Amino acid sequence: MAENRAFHRVVTRRRLLGAAGAASLALSKPAWAQKMIDLSLPSGPSERQITTAFPQKGPMILQRTRPPLLETPFEVFDKGVFTPNDQFYVRWHWAVIPTDIDIGKFNLTVRGHVSQTLSLSLNDILHGLPSVQLSAVNQCSGNSRGFFQPRVPGGEWANGAMGNALWTGVRLKDVLDKAGVKPGAVQVRFRGLDEPVVADAPHFMKSLDIDHARDGEVMIAYAMNGEQLPLVNGFPLRLVVPGWYATYWVKMLNDIEVLDQPDTNYWTKVAYTIPDTPHASMKPGESGVKMTPINRMVPRSFVTNLVAGQKVKAVAPTKLRGIAFGGDCGVASVDSSIDGGRSWHPAQLGKDEGKYGFRQWQTQLTPPAAGAYSFLIRCTNSNGVSQPDAPNWNPAGFMRNIIESIHIIAV
Amino acid sequence: MFRNLLLAAIFLGVASIPLATRATTLFELKSVNIDLPDSDRMFPTGPGSDAINNNCLACHSAGMVLNQPSLSKQAWAVEVNKMINNYKAPVAPEDVGAIVEYLSALKGTK
Repeated sequence: MAENRAFHRVVTRRRLLGAAGAASLALSKPAWAQKMIDLSLPSGPSERQITTAFPQKGPMILQRTRPPLLETPFEVFDKGVFTPNDQFYVRWHWAVIPTDIDIGKFNLTVRGHVSQTLSLSLNDILHGLPSVQLSAVNQCSGNSRGFFQPRVPGGEWANGAMGNALWTGVRLKDVLDKAGVKPGAVQVRFRGLDEPVVADAPHFMKSLDIDHARDGEVMIAYAMNGEQLPLVNGFPLRLVVPGWYATYWVKMLNDIEVLDQPDTNYWTKVAYTIPDTPHASMKPGESGVKMTPINRMVPRSFVTNLVAGQKVKAVAPTKLRGIAFGGDCGVASVDSSIDGGRSWHPAQLGKDEGKYGFRQWQTQLTPPAAGAYSFLIRCTNSNGVSQPDAPNWNPAGFMRNIIESIHIIAV
Repeated sequence: MFRNLLLAAIFLGVASIPLATRATTLFELKSVNIDLPDSDRMFPTGPGSDAINNNCLACHSAGMVLNQPSLSKQAWAVEVNKMINNYKAPVAPEDVGAIVEYLSALKGTK
């Protein structure tokens, strides 16, 4: 079982001059006043700065300044089922990111194997097509990569490279129908406004199979949680691919190309591939493993109201709560155990906000005697898939979803 | 907060436009113009630090590398070559060895 790093030990090297003024001090406060967080990664470095330097964003764990990799502090997930926009995690591949977007000039092109090429304004999209809404978890393929052992290179995230939002937008299907997909189309490729620093480097693009693109669930979102997207989360348009890893959720989406041949671009064919094995798992150093593009998400669950090592009362109930998600389908059950998984007890599920979103859960823990316990939490999704009790491993650090374990002490 | 906005949008919709056109949204976007922060962090001084500072910081800030775990020299070589071959990092050939050595010294495994 994985030691749950649900709550990170926050280390304040020096007391901030005033918590309320922290945001405005971000650029001027001296380096010694930086607020740090320890992500409890299994080997160092584990400390990260909490940054408030990014426009439209609140306090975030700084994984990389440029291009931005910002992680959601885990305590945010205890506050509600939807992750606030200003603390929703951020991940970019290339450093050339437009920072000045005029909504009057922005266009989304639909081209390729279609009857007519379209150039849609934001007005065309917002006011010319039916509006749809959906809650869905957006999770980085490499969320929790920092817990892989042996460690692997990449964004060294704890568990906060995920978030749940209510997305508002239009169906991709409606946009494709407007252009008229020609017979023989096999995939649809998506591209955003971000660009590599080096001219001949591969522009970030991702593709979906034509049937997936036209399933009526994949959408082009112009709002998250009822507001326009923060620029670093993909303003003004972001692809939403419910149940699939975030690598497909192309940000600043401005180009849709219908293909009559499978996409062979680097980001679809080479990057973001996983071992084609159960749990995308393989042995370190193993060779000749068949790889396949990462795709559907798998179930996960987390405690959000306890810190690892926290003391609770023995022989008395403690309320525990957290979040779960089914991955590519809804949550069927969330169960907990304090005897190493020999017996499991169902948690009470919160309101169902949609099968692709977070589901809150709560339960009561009554340690039978004083002592140390591991509290295990396990989600089973509506396809009958449960979180595994052993960690997966692959060289890219993708798809971690082991049953989380949080160490508690009953006194 | 967004719930209130949505509610307001629904009420406005009922009040001002016919039912048939309510399928589209009343939501409006506003142009955005921001500045993203940059990092002036450099790699710690040591043999090869000039090579890594000169070749690597154009595409990403140093923090990404400094947050990496310890890796074998072979794993660092794979990373550096991935930057060159897959991501087209214009690293001078004579600097590749120095960068791998620097990373191994800074974050190598025994």
